[in-house]
Order: sequence, then C-alpha cells, then structure tokens
Amino acid sequence: MEYSEKVMEHFRNPRNVGEIENPDGVGKVGNPVCGDIMELYIKVKDGVVTDAKFKTFGCGAAIATSSMVTELVKNKTIDEALKISNRAVAEALGGLPPIKMHCSLLAEEAFKKALDDYRGRISMPASGKPVRKLQIG
Amino acid sequence: MKKIYLDNAATTPTDARVLEVMLPFFSQAYGNPSSLHAFGQEAKHAIEEARYIVAQFIGAEQEEIIFTSGGTESNNAAIKGVAYARRDKGNHIITSKIEHHAVLETCHFLEKQGFEVAYIPVDEFGVIDPADVKKAITEKTILISIMHANNEIGTMQPIAEIGKIAREKGIYFHTDAVQTLGHTPIDVSELNVDLLSASGHKLYGPKGVGILYVKKGIRMLPFMHGGDQEQGRRASTHNVPGIVGFGKAAELAKEEMAREIEQLTMLRDKLIKGILDKIEYARLNGHPKERLPNNVNVSISYVEGESMLLNLDMEGIACSTGSACTSSSLEPSHVLAAIGLSHELAHGSLRFSLGRLTSEEDIDYCLTRLSGIVRKLRAMSPLYKKEVK
Repeated sequence: MEYSEKVMEHFRNPRNVGEIENPDGVGKVGNPVCGDIMELYIKVKDGVVTDAKFKTFGCGAAIATSSMVTELVKNKTIDEALKISNRAVAEALGGLPPIKMHCSLLAEEAFKKALDDYRGRISMPASGKPVRKLQIG
Repeated sequence: MKKIYLDNAATTPTDARVLEVMLPFFSQAYGNPSSLHAFGQEAKHAIEEARYIVAQFIGAEQEEIIFTSGGTESNNAAIKGVAYARRDKGNHIITSKIEHHAVLETCHFLEKQGFEVAYIPVDEFGVIDPADVKKAITEKTILISIMHANNEIGTMQPIAEIGKIAREKGIYFHTDAVQTLGHTPIDVSELNVDLLSASGHKLYGPKGVGILYVKKGIRMLPFMHGGDQEQGRRASTHNVPGIVGFGKAAELAKEEMAREIEQLTMLRDKLIKGILDKIEYARLNGHPKERLPNNVNVSISYVEGESMLLNLDMEGIACSTGSACTSSSLEPSHVLAAIGLSHELAHGSLRFSLGRLTSEEDIDYCLTRLSGIVRKLRAMSPLYKKEVK
C-alpha cells in the first residue's frame, strides 16, 4: 500500500488531536469490526466552526483523514463546512488508495454527526440566536 | 537511521554464501539440464547435487524431491495432484482453519469442483487436536493437509501424531512446512508425512524456488504438463540457479540450525517478555512454548496494527500485522479469528519474525521504540480513555 506524502505527513504529525472540553457537538462513527473509530469534537460560535479536535483508533488513512477534516472545517461557516465532501478530504491529502476511501467517508460522517449533535443541542428561534435546549435524558 | 528487519517470516535475505554459488549458473554454466551436451550435463549435475543435499536434510530419498517454483506451487501441486489422482477413492479432504491461503484457497477451489473439505478448528493457542482430525475422517477421506507451523502466530502442530492417524487409515498426509524448513529439524519419516512443501526464500535461499517431497509410491497427478523434467511430475525447464541456491541454503541450515534455534529462542523470549512487561494491555498470540523459534505475535489493545506498523517503519523497523486495514479484503486475519481474538485485538496485532541477522541490540531498540509508539497512538485513541483509567 502506498500513501501520498501528504497522508504520511498528517499521519506523522496529526493536527488537532484530543478532546474539547464542553464541546458544542460530538460525532462518533465507526466500529471495532471495521477497524476504525473516530470521535470528532466541535466548537461553534455565531454559525462558525471555531474549533475541531479528534480522537481516532485506526489505520494511517483513518488518522490522516481525521486530521485533515478538522483542518478543513475550522473557521468555516456551518454552510461552508457542510460542503466539504469525503472526496475533498481525500483530495486535500493528495489522494488515498482505493481501499482506503472509506476512511475519508468516515471523516465526513464524523463531522456531519458532530453538526447534527450541535443542532440537536440548540434550537434556532426567529431571532437567529442559538438558545441552548434543555437536555432530556 | 537504523534499519531493523523483523519480517523474516515474509521473506529472508538471500545469504551471501548462497548467492555466491548461484551466480555461475546464470552466464557461465547456463546449460539446460535436459540437454545431453557438456553444458547441459554440468547443470544437471548441479541440480542433482542440490537434490541430494535437500533429501539428506529432511531424511528423504533423492527421487522423492521435486523442485518447484515455491511454496504456493508445492501446496497447489500436492493438494490438487492427490485430489485428482485419488478421486476414484473418495472426495473428502481434511485441513485446518489456520492454513496459509495457498492451502485454503486451493481447498476452496476443489470444493467448487465437487470435493468436500473439513476445516478443523484450533484451540486458543492455535493448536490442532489430533483427536479432532481423527473424528473428521470419513470413508471418503483421501487427503489430510495440516501445516507444520503457522506463519502468523508461529504455533507448531502435532504433525507426527496426525501423520500416525492418517497412516493407520491409509489416508495421504501433506504438511505445509514453508515456515519450518531450516528453522526446526525435519525428518519426514519421524513426521509420518507423505508430502511436504517448502520454499527457498524462507531459509535464506532465493525466491522463485521450492520443493515438494513426495514419498515413494504416492499417487499424484502432475500439476504442470510439458517436458519430462522431474520424472514427468513437474514439467518446465529447471530453475538451475534457484535450485543450486536452495541446495546451499539447506546445507547452511543443516550446519547452523541448532545454534540459530538457541540464539533466536533467546531473542524471541526477550522480545515477548519485554513487550508484555513494558506495555500494558498487551497479550501474546499463539503458544508460549510450542512456537517457531523466530516468531513473536502480540496484540496491543486500543491501537490499530497498521498505524503501529507505519510508525515502526518510520523508525526503521519492519514487521507485519494481521489488521484488516492492511488487507485488500478489509477482513482481519483468519488465524487470529480462529484462536478466538475479538476484532479489536486482531486489528491491534503485530508479528515480529526474527532472523539470522537479528541482534540483541535490535530487540532492545525495537522495545524502546514500540513502547513510545503505543503511548503516542493510545493518546489519540478514543477506546483507550474509555476502558482504561
């Protein structure tokens, strides 16, 4: 298997590793059966993703795509960030071997799940200002 | 940077002494052994000498050794050759769940051709119980094929015992000895085997050459058709340099094996102990004692094999993993599944296979680097924080 230099660079020095305290959204994807598990944490302020961090159990491609997706979504508006597809993540890494493309999909899903989680936590009243929902259960 | 090769089960470097005796057979003594002239006879003499050395090495007769292109061919030739030759006697084959793909895929192929195959399970250490083999025998069983030692976890199988059972029932018995020839003593009579496969590049010989031992009187259809090389049992012009190299590799193994086993067992046990002592939540896969002298296979919880392998590679250390992430099927190792490992543990497996060139410093270096890598990867693993505190 050959990884691009960019993949190896992100694998060697992954960006944004860790958890965010009091995150606004958390996305957990993958399972031990397939061998990759990603957790992605986001902070959102005024419709902008201000911070993103990850924790990943997985192969080189899983770690590199986690690192890249956090880089790509940071400081983007939610709408902009939502447009980032798994292909965009893979391209930003100089491509992935075909059998590793599912890792980039996992990275995209992790971010989308984190956003879903964020949206679940807030409601958007007419004022447009996010208001925290009461957590039930 | 240091470069440490701990993947000798994948392939070994060709020993310089082996290469030296091979070289003249490329462009000086280049005759075809089937030719009657002096060029041909010189090459023929060389391959017959190699055959003699190999036969001596495993306690066989010269005419019982067939040279092939490698372990995969030998396994294919043995299993298909016997299956088709004995089809009139039955269509049942017994093998194990942990065989190399060269055996398993051959059996899967034969299943599609109307043969029935029983896959014997193994215990938690990867050992096959001969009683299970005995129980699986039917009146249609024509062949039993069980590997001598497993290529992933290094577990040695009770071949002599299984061979005894096969012999009592008049069933042919084949063993895949690709991982053991040159690494542990082999005597075909003591092992009670009728057929045995081995490969040159696993014992410091060249790639592209193997042997198939076929006991006198064993019926087998040829796998390759063409000229009458190897008494008509394997057509194709002889790979003279390769065969000469195999002979030299066998000769060296015969001289050096006892000392090598002692040295490698010491280093193996040091590496195993080091990993289990230094790294929390690590376990040894395979049998603690009944294992190849050069095999270390461990599972390290909460980290994935490929990412460990890549990190080790960046430190100059070469090894392998049973993680699904390195296989094109994205399925974890069938061997680790057969010994009952969970997916997580199979994904977190590493195999280090030591060799003639491995030093004690190499083991120390590997241990230091591995602990650091595991620490780094666990720090980013979402599984680690949850289950361990």
